[in-house]
Amino acid sequence: MWEYAPAPESRDIANLKPNYRMFVDGQFVEGGGEPLKTVNPGTEEVLAEVSTASTADVDKAVKAARRAYDRVWGRMPGAERAKYIFRIARLIQERARELAVLESLDNGKPIKESRDVDVPTAAAHFFYHAGWADKLAYAGLGPDPRPLGVAGQVIPWNFPLLMAAWKIAPALACGNTVVLKPAETTPLTALVLAEIIQQADLPPGVVNILPGAGDVGAAVVNHPDVNKVAFTGSTEVGKIIQRQLAGANKKITLELGGKAANIVFDDAPLDQAVEGIVNGIFFNQGHVCCAGSRLLVQESVADELLEKLRVRVSTLRVGDPLDKNTDIGAINSREQLAKIHELTASGEAEGAERWTSACPLPDKGFYFAPTVFSNVSQAMRIAREEIFGPVLSVLTFRTPDEAVAKANNTPYGLSAGIWTEKGSRILWAAQKMRAGVVWANTFNRFDPTAPFGGYQESGFGREGGRTGLEAYLDV
Amino acid sequence: MSERISVAKTYKLYIGGAFPRSESGRSYPVTDTKGAFLANAAQGSRKDARDAVAAARKAFPGWSGATAYNRGQVLYRVAEVLEGRREQFVAEVGAAEGVAVKKAQALVDAAIDRWVWYAGWTDKIATVLGASNPVAGPYFSFSVPEPTGVVAVLAPQQSSLLGLISVVAPVVAAGNTAVVVASQDRPLPAVTLSEVLATSDLPGGVVNVLTGRTAEIAPWLASHADVNALDLTGAPEALRADLEQSAAGTVKRVLRTRPSEDFTREPDLSRIRAFVESKTVWHPIGV
Amino acid sequence: MAATSTAPSLPPALADAVRDDASLRRFLHGLPGVDQVGVEQRAAGLGTRSIKKAAKLWAIDTAISMVDLTTLEGADTPGKVRSLAAKARRPDPERPEVPKVAAVCVYPDMVATAVQELQGTGINVASVATAFPSGRSSLKVKLEDTAFAVDAGATEIDMVIDRGAFLSGRYGQVFDEIVQVKHACGDAHLKVILETGELATYDNVRRASWLALLAGGDFIKTSTGKVTPAATLPVTHVMLQAVRDWRTQTGQLRGVKPAGGIRATKDAIKYLVAVHEVAGPEWLTPDLFRFGASTLLNDLLMQRRTQLEGHYSGPDYVTVD
Repeated sequence: MWEYAPAPESRDIANLKPNYRMFVDGQFVEGGGEPLKTVNPGTEEVLAEVSTASTADVDKAVKAARRAYDRVWGRMPGAERAKYIFRIARLIQERARELAVLESLDNGKPIKESRDVDVPTAAAHFFYHAGWADKLAYAGLGPDPRPLGVAGQVIPWNFPLLMAAWKIAPALACGNTVVLKPAETTPLTALVLAEIIQQADLPPGVVNILPGAGDVGAAVVNHPDVNKVAFTGSTEVGKIIQRQLAGANKKITLELGGKAANIVFDDAPLDQAVEGIVNGIFFNQGHVCCAGSRLLVQESVADELLEKLRVRVSTLRVGDPLDKNTDIGAINSREQLAKIHELTASGEAEGAERWTSACPLPDKGFYFAPTVFSNVSQAMRIAREEIFGPVLSVLTFRTPDEAVAKANNTPYGLSAGIWTEKGSRILWAAQKMRAGVVWANTFNRFDPTAPFGGYQESGFGREGGRTGLEAYLDV
Repeated sequence: MSERISVAKTYKLYIGGAFPRSESGRSYPVTDTKGAFLANAAQGSRKDARDAVAAARKAFPGWSGATAYNRGQVLYRVAEVLEGRREQFVAEVGAAEGVAVKKAQALVDAAIDRWVWYAGWTDKIATVLGASNPVAGPYFSFSVPEPTGVVAVLAPQQSSLLGLISVVAPVVAAGNTAVVVASQDRPLPAVTLSEVLATSDLPGGVVNVLTGRTAEIAPWLASHADVNALDLTGAPEALRADLEQSAAGTVKRVLRTRPSEDFTREPDLSRIRAFVESKTVWHPIGV
Repeated sequence: MAATSTAPSLPPALADAVRDDASLRRFLHGLPGVDQVGVEQRAAGLGTRSIKKAAKLWAIDTAISMVDLTTLEGADTPGKVRSLAAKARRPDPERPEVPKVAAVCVYPDMVATAVQELQGTGINVASVATAFPSGRSSLKVKLEDTAFAVDAGATEIDMVIDRGAFLSGRYGQVFDEIVQVKHACGDAHLKVILETGELATYDNVRRASWLALLAGGDFIKTSTGKVTPAATLPVTHVMLQAVRDWRTQTGQLRGVKPAGGIRATKDAIKYLVAVHEVAGPEWLTPDLFRFGASTLLNDLLMQRRTQLEGHYSGPDYVTVD
C-alpha cells in the first residue's frame, strides 16, 4: 500500500499572534467585551485571544463609520474609491499564503481549499467590485445611484475571509462604510483583512471590524444609525434579524440556509456526477449553505451511482487541515460536531441506512467521517434540516416531475444541481428549480460576476454581479 | 315622465376569477369623501384571504410559465378593456377621491397608461435585469429574473385607481400572482378593476381583490406561509412593523414603500425588481 | 462479426453487447458520457496531491519498475537497442538496488536484438505492431506484423486501432481487428493503442477503451507517441475509470499505459496518484500500469538521487542511452 507521507503547510506562515484586537476608526484597539479564545478545531488548542466589542464599542464603530461616510467615503469620486479597493485585492493576493494558512488554522478547512478557493476568490471579489465603483451609473439602477450610508454586516464561520470579502467589497464600491462582525469562532482572517485595509491606507472608519458573539451582531444590526444590514448565516437567526428590523427602514439582505437537491438523471455523466456530488456535500466539511445535501438519483442508475459514490468517498482523506493532501478538515466547533452527531443519530433512528467511510480520524480535534444515508424519505429530519456537515442524504425518483417536486419540497431555495447530458432537460429542470443558483453538470462554483442568493427561506437579495449592487444602493 | 331608476351594482370580492361575497357574510358601507353613501362593499375575512392565496398559488404555475409575449398581450388586453370603461372609472374615482371630473379623468388616463407601460415590460424584464456572467472558468453562467411567487399587495389607501394599478401591474407583469387588499375606504374602483380583469384574458386567480378592513386582513396575509412577498404600501402606519415581523416568519420579501408615494410620478423598475428573484445557472463548456 | 467465434468469453450482459455491429454500437453509445470540464478538473485537482519523502521514494521506484523503455525511431540500430537494454537492466549503474524497468519497447525488426539482450532478466520485450503508428494497412499485413514480432520473441504487443474505422463508426471492424491480433499474439500480452490524440473527445476515449477491453486487450494504451497530444492526465483518468468499471462488471483486471509526453518525475507521480485514487491501489503494479517513455527514466533516477542524497542532481550523473 502506498501511504502518502504527511505534507503539512508550515503554520509559521500564518504569523499567528497571541492577541488580536478589534479594528475601529483605522486603529486596532482593545474592546470592552469579554475577550474570546479562538480555537484550532483541528487540534483543540487555543490559537489566540481576541478582544471583543461591547455595546459602547459598537456605537463608537458606527459613529466612526458615519463620520467616514459623511466626510470622506460617501462623497469620494468612484474612481478614487476604486483604487483603494483594487489595492485591497492586490494586498490579499500578496498575503495569500499567510491568509490561507491562518484560515485553515482558525476554521479547520483543508489548506487546499483555503489556498485554492477561499483566498483567491476573496481577492477576486475586491478586484471585481473595485471596477464597479466608478461605473455604478451603468448598473441599470438609475443614472446616479446613491449609497445607503453605514452598512452593518454579520458573517458566518464557514468562509470567514471570503464572506468578509463578499460583504465589504460591494459595500465599499457603492460608497458605503462598514461595520462588520466576524463569527465568534473564526475572527482571525477578518482582522488580518483589517491590517490589509490599513496597509491599503483606507481612510479611518471606512471599515470597522468588531469580533464578538451574537450579542455584538445584534447590537450592530440594531444600531439606529446603521442604514443597511447584510447577514449571512442560519435561517433561524435571519428570521430574528428580519423580525428585529421590522419597521426600522433599513435595507436588508439575508443569505441563509439551504437544503439543496442534487438531481442525477439516468443519462448523467456518472463519473463527473460522482465528483459533483462529492464536491457538493464534502467541500468545506459540508459547512456550506448551498451544499448539495440531498442527492436525488433516478432509480435506474441508483445502485450503480451509489456504489461508485461509496468507492470515491472512501478515498477522501480526513485529517490535519494544514496537510496539503487533506480533503476534509475539521468540523469548525464542538457545538457543530454535536449537532452533526445529533442529526445523524436521528437519521439512523428514523430508519435511513447509514454508510460511513472507514477513513481514520485524528485523535484530537473535531472530526466527522464522510457519511452517506440511503433509503432516505422526505419526511426524515436528515432530508429536511440543514445538517451543515459531511453528511449526504440519498433519495430516489422515477420521473423528472417527481425529481422536481421532491427537489422543491423544502422551505429553502438556495441552490440545486442537475446532472444529465440532455440539453433540453437541463434547461427544463433549471427553470423548474426554485433556487437562486442552479449548477448543471457541475456544483459549488462561485464567481464575483455571478449573483448568489436564495429563494424563500434561504434569504433575499443577491451577492455578486450587477444584481448584487442593488443591495448597497439607494434604489 | 319620471327619471329612470338606475340599476345599482353589488360590489363583491374577486377570488380565483369569481365574484363571491365574503364567506363571513359581512359588508360595510362605502361613502364618498363627503360622507354620502355610495354602496356596500364586501368585508373580506381571513378565510377570504386564505381562499385568495390558494387561488393565487393555483394560478401561479400557469401565469409564471406563460411566455412573456403572452403575458404582455393579456395585460395589454386589460388596458383595452380599461379604456372602454373609462367613464365609469372617472365617475368612481371622482366619487372615491372627491376630485373634480377633469382631475378624475387625468387620474384614470394615467392609470390606463400606467397599465400599458407595465404590459410592455413583460418581455423586457429578463433582458434588462438578466445577465450573462463572465465567470473565470470554462462555464456559461447566466442569471435570469423569475417571479417571486404569490405577492400580497396592500393597495394605497388614497389613490384608488392610479395607485392601485401602480402597485398591481408590476407584480403581475413580472409573472407573479397577487392577492390585493383594496383601499379600505375607497374600494369601488378596485372592484370595477376586478370586473375588467375578469373580462379580459387574465386567467382567474392571477389577481385576487379583497375589500374590507386592511388591518383585519393584512396580518393573515403577512403571516401566511404560502405568500412569498408583501407590499406594505397601503398598510396602516401603526401596523407596518407588526406586519413586517409576521412576514419574517417565512422570510418574505417586503416592499416598504411609504404610503406617501406619489403615483403621478413616472414609474421606474423598482416595483418589478422588488418582486423578482435572480436565478443564476451554470453549465460547463466542453466537447 | 466475423471474429466473434474467436472473441474472449464474456459475462452474458457483455457478450450480448458484441453480438453484432448494431449491438456494439448501442452498447458503446449507451455508456455514460464524460463531461470534459469535470474530468479535467478532477485530474487537475488530484494533480495537487503533495507526495513527499518516503511516499515519493516509493513512487519513484514504482514508476521505474513500470517504465516501458521505448525507442521507436527510424534511425534505431541494434547498437541503440543494446544500450537501451543495458539501461533497462540496470537503470542506475551506481545504485544496484534501483529496480529494473518493466519492458523494452521497440519496432518488430529490433525484437530479436532486444530478446537476446534481456534473456533471463525478467524484463519483457514489447513490440509495436499492426502498421504502427498509423495502422493504415490491410488486416493481413497487420496480423503478419504481429506474428513476426511474436515469433522473434516479443512477450508484449502494442497494436494500434484503426482510428479511421472507429471515427466513422465501424466499431465492429475495429473490434474484429483487435480480436484477431489478440489471437495472433498467442501468449504475448496485448496492449491496444487508442491514439487518444486523434479521438477528439473523452466520450470517444471511453468508447474506444471499452471496445478494446471487450475485444480482449490486456492493456489499453493512450498513444503511439507520434501524435500530439499524446498521453494526458484526464485521458488517463477516463481509461482508468474504464478498467475499474470493467473489473466491477467482470472481475477481471486489465491494465493502462499512458505513453508519450511524460518526461518528469512530477508528472509520473501525478499519474500514480490517479492510478491509486481513480482505479485503486491494486493497479499500482507493473502488471497493470506502465509508462511508455524514453526520457522519463533519467528524470526518475535524478530525482531518486535527490531524495537520497539530500541535494539536487544533474543530467551528467545519470547515463544517456
